[in-house]
Amino acid sequence: MSETPLLRVENLSKSFALRRSFSEWVTRQPGEQHLAVDHVSFELAQGEILGLAGGSGSGKTTLARMLIRLVEPDGGDVFLEGQDVRAAKGRDLRDVRRRMQMVFQDPYSSLNPRMQVGAAIIEAGRVHHQPGSEAPETFITHMLDLVRLPSTIASRRPRDLSGGQRQRVAIARALAVGPQVLIADEAVSALDVSIQTQLLNLFLDLRDELGLSILFVAHQLSVIAEVADRVTIMHDGVIVEVGPTADVFRSPQADYTKSLLASHPHPLTILDPTLKET
Amino acid sequence: MALLTVEGLRIAFAHRAGSTEVVRGVEFAVEPGETVGLVGESGSGKSLACRSIIRLMPAHATMTASRVEFDGRDVLAMSPKELRDHRAHHVGMIFQDPYSCFDPTKRIGEQVAETLRVNAGLDGDAARARALELLESVDIASPEQRFRAYPHELSGGMRQRVMIAIAISASPKLLIADEPTTALDVTTQAQILGLIEQRRRESGMAVLLVSHDFGVIAQACDRVVVMYGGYVVEAGPVNEVCARPQHPYTRGLLSSIPSLESAGRRVRRAGIPGQPPNPADLVAGCPFAERCAQVRPECRELHVTLESVGEGHQSACPYVRDGVSVVVAGRGSR
Repeated sequence: MSETPLLRVENLSKSFALRRSFSEWVTRQPGEQHLAVDHVSFELAQGEILGLAGGSGSGKTTLARMLIRLVEPDGGDVFLEGQDVRAAKGRDLRDVRRRMQMVFQDPYSSLNPRMQVGAAIIEAGRVHHQPGSEAPETFITHMLDLVRLPSTIASRRPRDLSGGQRQRVAIARALAVGPQVLIADEAVSALDVSIQTQLLNLFLDLRDELGLSILFVAHQLSVIAEVADRVTIMHDGVIVEVGPTADVFRSPQADYTKSLLASHPHPLTILDPTLKET
Repeated sequence: MALLTVEGLRIAFAHRAGSTEVVRGVEFAVEPGETVGLVGESGSGKSLACRSIIRLMPAHATMTASRVEFDGRDVLAMSPKELRDHRAHHVGMIFQDPYSCFDPTKRIGEQVAETLRVNAGLDGDAARARALELLESVDIASPEQRFRAYPHELSGGMRQRVMIAIAISASPKLLIADEPTTALDVTTQAQILGLIEQRRRESGMAVLLVSHDFGVIAQACDRVVVMYGGYVVEAGPVNEVCARPQHPYTRGLLSSIPSLESAGRRVRRAGIPGQPPNPADLVAGCPFAERCAQVRPECRELHVTLESVGEGHQSACPYVRDGVSVVVAGRGSR
């Protein structure tokens, strides 16, 4: 890991206006504000997997979306390799979004249902002038190979694929534009356990092979325990705890982290012959 | 005597090209007062299997069974009137998404009271009073206020509590909970599971908990039934199945489960290769053969039946014991 962080987030905030009451509307008062993300700061190093955990409504998705300005922050800064993301416009903003790619929970709604998988991948690569994208077949095969899918999948449409395959395609499409950071927002939450394991291993492989940095957003602590080097726990828009995954999960400091861990279905005492040390 | 016995359950969906069987000869039983977990991945048939108990089938689905017996009564032979009585008084059911189970235009309290008026024959005031009691019994704070709330004004956990209140209002002997906590936070999940357990202990009802999450099942259940590709592949006491899983699928499933213990260990799980089968593609033989590391030619012709492998512990794989391939003397494929 390099000295300066790849991604630096400082005091990022976002509040949403709640619906104004009738009296507020009549008297033209501003309505109440809900502070979804409250002065959050963190860093993501090159090749690091940072877990972002928290209950629903904790602000983790809003935070993730602000990084690529799918949601405009109210205040704070985001720096990608020193570049000010909040000040980026036009071509610069497009480049920022190329370098930070997002993978969502439901790949079915993020892929074009009428587009063949291969076409979706090559389109992404071409739009961002990715090297190799002038030779579609090799490019598509290479991308599918990165996510461990056979090249025969290229001519299929999203509806012909299983949930796990679709999520792999969504990842391949994100990789097609050559990102440095992958933001996975509940990317494995909707999948069956056996498929979840395969995807988690894929994220680990991508980090190792491509040196990707990954912000891994999930509500399931055990999923984060499997992949993250460090973990950030959010509650009510605030980061309540951050640290190496093992430290946070073995000796949590914040009360909220403790209660989250206590609520987690307790680990099974099962024999585990298939766990391999790497 | 078992409270519920299901044997030879088959469920098929009819479509233009014929029909697809999604539950292929399932058996399980629930004893009075016990909590049984039904676990499996998507397409395993677990949700449909649990609905067979109250004959709640989707359109185009037909169910047949050699036996579905509840509390000494034959569920298959019930007339529509008897079935209504069975659903109203003897079996309660809660679902994953409680929002879609409520009428969005009616206040919560009225919906609870309505159930009581129709099913318990209470009049207006009595139903209202009982509804308040029920809301209180599922730990809803300030029930008078919540009584007047609309479904959208409640949180997911709160809605699930109201569902439980309705489901247990008739003091059923069995509560079927189909993925009751899948849409909830871990903290809320723990509360809801705790509430179900508390109500079970107080009333002595049995619980059939359906979930894809082995962690939830392991925590909440006495016994577990593991389903895969429309078959029961393993069944037994939860501790026994977790400690000594016999079917290769159960072993793979257990070793796939992410664990907090992995934090900082930098390990990679082997898991199970491939993906859960599409019911339409399943042919004869063991449904897990495609993904099984210990597959042998006989597996493709295996007649899937549960065999005893220990006290109350059954597995549908005759070829693997404790993870080791065994030679089965005198056993040919049928």
